[in-house]
Amino acid sequence: MASIEQELRHPTAAVGVALELEAPSPRAVMRRRAMTHVGFLTGGAIVLGIILVAIFAPLLTSYDPFAQDLTKRLIPPVWSAKGSWAHILGTDGLGRDYLTRLMYGARISLMVGLGAATMAGLIGTTLGLIGGYFGGKIDAVVMYIVNVKLALPGVLVALSLISVFGGSVVVVVTVLGLLFWDRFVVVTRSVTQQVRTNEYVIAAEAVGASRTRILVGEILPNVMNHIIVIASLEMAVAILVEAALSFLGLGIRPPTPSWGLMISEGRNFMFFQPYLVAIPGVAIFLLVIAINMLGDGIRDITAPEGRN
Amino acid sequence: MIRFLIHRATIAVLVALTVSIIGFSLLRLSGDLASALAGDSAKPEQIAATAHLYGLDRPLYEQYLDWAGKALQGDLGTSLFTNEPVARLIGERLGVTVQLSLMSLVFALAISIPLGVLAATRPNSWIDRSALGLSVFGQAIPNFWFGLILIIVFGVTLRWLPISGSDTFAHFILPTITLGVAVMPAFMRLTRTGMLDALESDYVRMARAKGLSTLSVLFKHALRNAILPVVSLTAVSLGFLLGGSVIVESVFALNGIGFLAFQSIIRTDFPVVQSIVVFVAILYIVLTLVADLINAYLDPRIRLG
Repeated sequence: MASIEQELRHPTAAVGVALELEAPSPRAVMRRRAMTHVGFLTGGAIVLGIILVAIFAPLLTSYDPFAQDLTKRLIPPVWSAKGSWAHILGTDGLGRDYLTRLMYGARISLMVGLGAATMAGLIGTTLGLIGGYFGGKIDAVVMYIVNVKLALPGVLVALSLISVFGGSVVVVVTVLGLLFWDRFVVVTRSVTQQVRTNEYVIAAEAVGASRTRILVGEILPNVMNHIIVIASLEMAVAILVEAALSFLGLGIRPPTPSWGLMISEGRNFMFFQPYLVAIPGVAIFLLVIAINMLGDGIRDITAPEGRN
Repeated sequence: MIRFLIHRATIAVLVALTVSIIGFSLLRLSGDLASALAGDSAKPEQIAATAHLYGLDRPLYEQYLDWAGKALQGDLGTSLFTNEPVARLIGERLGVTVQLSLMSLVFALAISIPLGVLAATRPNSWIDRSALGLSVFGQAIPNFWFGLILIIVFGVTLRWLPISGSDTFAHFILPTITLGVAVMPAFMRLTRTGMLDALESDYVRMARAKGLSTLSVLFKHALRNAILPVVSLTAVSLGFLLGGSVIVESVFALNGIGFLAFQSIIRTDFPVVQSIVVFVAILYIVLTLVADLINAYLDPRIRLG
């Protein structure tokens, strides 16, 4: 059985001599596209770099992100006349090393982004699979839930919930995860509607496979590429919203170094020390743009041949 | 068409009902709104008194029905902080938010539609690339931070524009740019893809073959069809702007309903918060319903399908 399957997939493999004329496998096509896709490579490199900095932050800096030193308040970054190499990005209003806080802040952004996108992905994909596969009344209920979610003003709901449950990373991740699943539903549902009449799904139904098995084993793999692309975009959105919530004072609580919170704290000094506002903002912008480039890259790379 | 209308309207009413229940419950989810209102050091009897004062000791469904019944008659309750009727608080500030939303929308459309059309007529040219760059930029920049940078540059360094308050038209310029940049990318991409599809269609080829001028082909034939999805997005974006302006209003201290909602959340002023959440949600539902009906009217495939 296995050999027949292999033969069907690579019909020329049996001929032996003709091996070199074989059409490239999908995996090889993807690898070739990945290695030539500028956006994917650039975005991927930046994201990887930020992840590494976040993980190895304690090794990269000798400062403590929470240690205050009021004798060293508001030292400007190294490129300004009064800066020094001791504090490359200067210090904040409480004398904490800004580069150190920036590196530890990457942890919060990445955790919130990954956590919220994973949670939203689980909720949205489940709803989309169920709605798309069963159709009819069940689908109507799913779409109704989506409509309710779309009508709710997201930022206001998030602010209210966080004011009630407090601003820990877990609460922020949960709230954001509960808010950004709608695009997962829309895409998963439409792909499921397209593939549910395919032969392999009907065959699985005919041999009596369970519903769960059909949804997870037969349909889900078709949606996976789309899910990864949306997950990357939603991760970027979650990072932006977390920064905004923390900036408003209803997100991550001080003294935790979150980039949004750093901008909020820097705001008091923004007329004389604008770098305190500028630096974390550039960090958010860089991470978000890199994630978006990576996501767009994955979409281009995994698209079926001939489509763009 | 009548059946389609009734169907859509029924769903809209059901969604509005659900949204009102969710909005009502938001600040009550901790289960103990009364002790949050009474403060950290309140004694049990003070908490009980607070609960009784605001009717929080009654069953939840009773509180909801009472509030919803009065809300339908235009009575949204009284603010715990200012003791003013919530309806009046919202009414006084709605103008600022509507003005900001409409200005941002016009700003975004005025840039993204011409740019989207130009980008589609010359794919991969420098103009297409800069349009794409602009949309990538708009998508990735943190809104509130962009606002602060505009304040530093135009308000403080150059001193061209006021940086906070909502007294004059000039006060709205920086907030409009901040909010407009956030919604621009979606419009630009939608116009560009719509135009690309339309320009490859048979009716545009036909119009060109007839020898019509390029401008006439672009605007009378192609853009007319490409603009259909933009109509829906406009309604959705307006709903988003009305609710999403909370961040920008807070940055620029614009006295709109977003800023009011934010202040009320911090003060646990639940009558104001629940009213604004439900009000904005229902506004969104009405706007998308209208857009659906416009599209159904313009495109028979929707209303008959």
